[in-house]
Amino acid sequence: MPTTEGWWPLLFGRLSYDALPFYSAIATAAASVVVLGAITVVALITYLGRWRWLWREWLTSLDHKKIGIMYVVIAMVMLSRAVVEGSMMRAQQAIALDNPGYLEPEHFAQLFSTHGSIMIFFMAMPFLTGIINFALPMQIGAREVSFPLLNSISLWLTAGGAGLMMVSLVIGKFSTGGWSGYPPYTDAAFNPGVGPDYWIFAVTLSSLASTMTGINIAVTIYKKRCGGMSPFRMPLFCWTSLCTSVLMIFALPPLTVATGLLALDRYVGTHFFTNDGGGNMMNFANLFWLFGHPEVYILILPAFGVYSQVISNFSSKILYGYDSLIIATMCIAVLSFTVWVHHFFTMGQSADLNAVFGIATMTIGIPTGVKIFDWILTMAWGRVRFTVPMIYSLAFMVLFTVGGLTGILLANPAIDFQVHNSVFLVAHFHNMLIPGLLYGMIAAYTYWFPKAFGFRLDEWWGRVACGCWITGFCLAFLPLYPLGLMGMPRRTQEFFEPAYLPYTIVAGVGALFLLAALASLVTQLVVSIRRREELAVPGGDPWNGRTLEWAIPCPAPEYNFAVLPIVDSRDAFHAYKEKGTAYLDHRFYSDIEMPKNSMTGVVFGIALAAASFGFVWHIWWLAVLGVLVAIAAPVARSFVLDTTRIIPAEEVRRDHEAWLARLRKLPPADRAVETTPQNRGLAEAAAA
Amino acid sequence: MVALSSLVLLAGCGSGISFLDPHGPVASTQRDLLFEVIAWMMIVVLPAIVLVPFVAWRFRRTGNNKSYHPNWQFSWPLEIIVWGVPVVLVCILATLIAGKARSLDPYAAIPSDKPPLTVEVIGLDYKWLFVYPEQNIASVGVLALPVDRPVRFRLTSDTVMQSFMIPALGSQIYAMAGMVTELNLLADRPAVLMGQNTQFNGLGFQNQKFDTLAMPQADFDRWIANAKQAERPLDQDAYSIVSEKGKLADLRSRFDFDPSKGLIFSSVEPALFATVVARYRPEAAHRHESDEAKGPAHKGHDHANH
Repeated sequence: MPTTEGWWPLLFGRLSYDALPFYSAIATAAASVVVLGAITVVALITYLGRWRWLWREWLTSLDHKKIGIMYVVIAMVMLSRAVVEGSMMRAQQAIALDNPGYLEPEHFAQLFSTHGSIMIFFMAMPFLTGIINFALPMQIGAREVSFPLLNSISLWLTAGGAGLMMVSLVIGKFSTGGWSGYPPYTDAAFNPGVGPDYWIFAVTLSSLASTMTGINIAVTIYKKRCGGMSPFRMPLFCWTSLCTSVLMIFALPPLTVATGLLALDRYVGTHFFTNDGGGNMMNFANLFWLFGHPEVYILILPAFGVYSQVISNFSSKILYGYDSLIIATMCIAVLSFTVWVHHFFTMGQSADLNAVFGIATMTIGIPTGVKIFDWILTMAWGRVRFTVPMIYSLAFMVLFTVGGLTGILLANPAIDFQVHNSVFLVAHFHNMLIPGLLYGMIAAYTYWFPKAFGFRLDEWWGRVACGCWITGFCLAFLPLYPLGLMGMPRRTQEFFEPAYLPYTIVAGVGALFLLAALASLVTQLVVSIRRREELAVPGGDPWNGRTLEWAIPCPAPEYNFAVLPIVDSRDAFHAYKEKGTAYLDHRFYSDIEMPKNSMTGVVFGIALAAASFGFVWHIWWLAVLGVLVAIAAPVARSFVLDTTRIIPAEEVRRDHEAWLARLRKLPPADRAVETTPQNRGLAEAAAA
Repeated sequence: MVALSSLVLLAGCGSGISFLDPHGPVASTQRDLLFEVIAWMMIVVLPAIVLVPFVAWRFRRTGNNKSYHPNWQFSWPLEIIVWGVPVVLVCILATLIAGKARSLDPYAAIPSDKPPLTVEVIGLDYKWLFVYPEQNIASVGVLALPVDRPVRFRLTSDTVMQSFMIPALGSQIYAMAGMVTELNLLADRPAVLMGQNTQFNGLGFQNQKFDTLAMPQADFDRWIANAKQAERPLDQDAYSIVSEKGKLADLRSRFDFDPSKGLIFSSVEPALFATVVARYRPEAAHRHESDEAKGPAHKGHDHANH
């Protein structure tokens, strides 16, 4: 095959027929699912004649809510892939005693690398970015984010990175170097193939996107708050989003630098992290974890914000210890930059240095513990409703405490010398990220879904999914704690100690529950769409909410607020309802200026993803072309002067008054019927 | 929680693989420390785990309880407890870290009236090479140690980074090319203990295990003497074969040995370890020698020697 000489390398670089995954039945099947899935989606859109609609209403939209929803769609698609990958690894380990099992070592290594990279960069990050994008502007009484175009560019960079991950499943092999991609293993000397390059470029696109998202969110919070929304009146979710965005701004650049330098090592032969030539992988470890540890709190803080909202909302009570929670969040954000060495206590530095970082790590446990008790006190003397988001919150508080305990154990260098690199560590970070981040994100998805689409999600299937996530997590990951104490290393495709087997089998059963949880989420969505008339909540306030986003219709209009609100307290909407001023007619409406659609983000993201593909396969014309297009797109956009459109005051008045008229005919729903079709989105508190 | 702790206790089964069944002072201190930290942590963990379901149920909407205070949001006494208890607890735990930091430092020599045995460890792809410089022998796949005598491991890698660990004896430490790390352990009774690499280093990673044979000094001396009979010197040629990528079992086609007893070399090039280190950092060879000259006072406060 003409792959190394003539015109082939010029056109296709090192791409050849061998890049197709026919070397393994499982890889072929996985690639087929991706290809067939893509073909099905394209065919379906074409059949329905929805391309133009998709382009105008979604892909080029600069509406923060639609961008948020698209982020969550990416996260859900990637979550599906990565849960399946995780389950495949659990299944392998359940049969791997003195047995090579059904996954080759190379395939197993690719699986733990893609699973980790996807879960962090293309599930967790897009999910929380999407939730923040969707809810935060409404919570601070704003109509849009500060930089709508930048938002779209971030979205499409993330989508480009996610696309690159999907392409890697079909063309070529992904890295076997884990989600942290440690050199020298990922250097050209040991892994000359395309795998580490896929990892480098996918992660780089994601890290650039997140840096820009951080800037956007922080500026939005600083500049876009409505009248009276002083910082200490913001809902707690806004505070945790602020801390997360500041962490993003400072923590993602070290990652971009680390992957950039690694790319230089691989592409132009520098020696930043190589074994020889003066390179030192310790520099990579430091840079990576200088990102990696704040990243943990980037992931968890938005979820903490969601729990604060949900627990207060479903306890019908004001949040306990608001100031205390803000101080705790700030402490966590600052301390998160002071602990990165605990990821490599075993690298040979001095005992005193390890001790300092170990103690700093435990210090983070203080504000985190405070938060748990503040949430418990929020429930106290309230009226707790066990809705789906609340069940997730309760499970989170119990399970996260267990994760906190094991985190304190890992923070102790002397204990870490034993459990580092073991499945104890795997259990710990899944313990923080599944009950911590994932439950929070699914709770947020359930809580804010009506605001996005106008109807609630089916309660029963929500509970089934919730039960499966909780059972699945406990079975799949709690056994890994004793396994780790018994010396089982992580990332092992086969093992030889009979004592491990019972635990790995239980963990394998847990993986089945996690698959069932995923299936239940899909079922819930399908069932809810079918029942959308019954579940509709046009009143806009299905949960007797306390914050501003519940003061507007479900689904929220493009401009969010017909008239920008003015607040004089925390839990502003709750206060309106108490005063009976929640649904007033406004006297004056004014024209609303909203950003016009733009294809800049789409072009930018796709061009850089294509350039990345070119770099991965050494298709230099594509790499250069992609970079040039990506530079040209924002330059061209800067010549467009007409970037906004006006929604006339009359149209706003008409829509708003129509909604108010409809709302006044709705039956007020008591909390006893909150999860039944009688809930039309008008809370009894407002009607009283 | 009960389930978890009973799982932890069950984890003690399986012999010679875990620090929960310790075979040396380092591992047994680590085990005690593990249980001590868990016990202290129960001060905040248990209340949280009990209070969450209790409070949620006690104040459920359908419970008709009359004490509903929707605007109650702060209490100084509670605030002081909520912040104070974790602060005190972390201070206590910090003293545990600070107190044990020096004694459980992998670089710290283990107090003993016997002089330490030095073993040089070279990480290769999917196997560890153990060099006994004083005895002038080497082994792959098996590590013989005398009991009750401190062992001072000096580690490097001739490939990617790896992590050397014998869980039942104590800590793990990374082995990195061009650098030397150090680990001090002691086996206090005869046993066969599992040793391994815990840092993924490629497709044969799961096979990078070895048997640690902790044996009485007399048996150890006999093992050394037998090793010297092997008539298989570890010269340049042999080293280049051993350091090829592959598992220990793959070497059977090149050498005649029983994999369960390990591959033994009757003699070693004296400067093998230093040569491997210097291969990646020529300039470090001299500095490394001068570090040696400074003697033990320098150790334990040093980074991995470059």
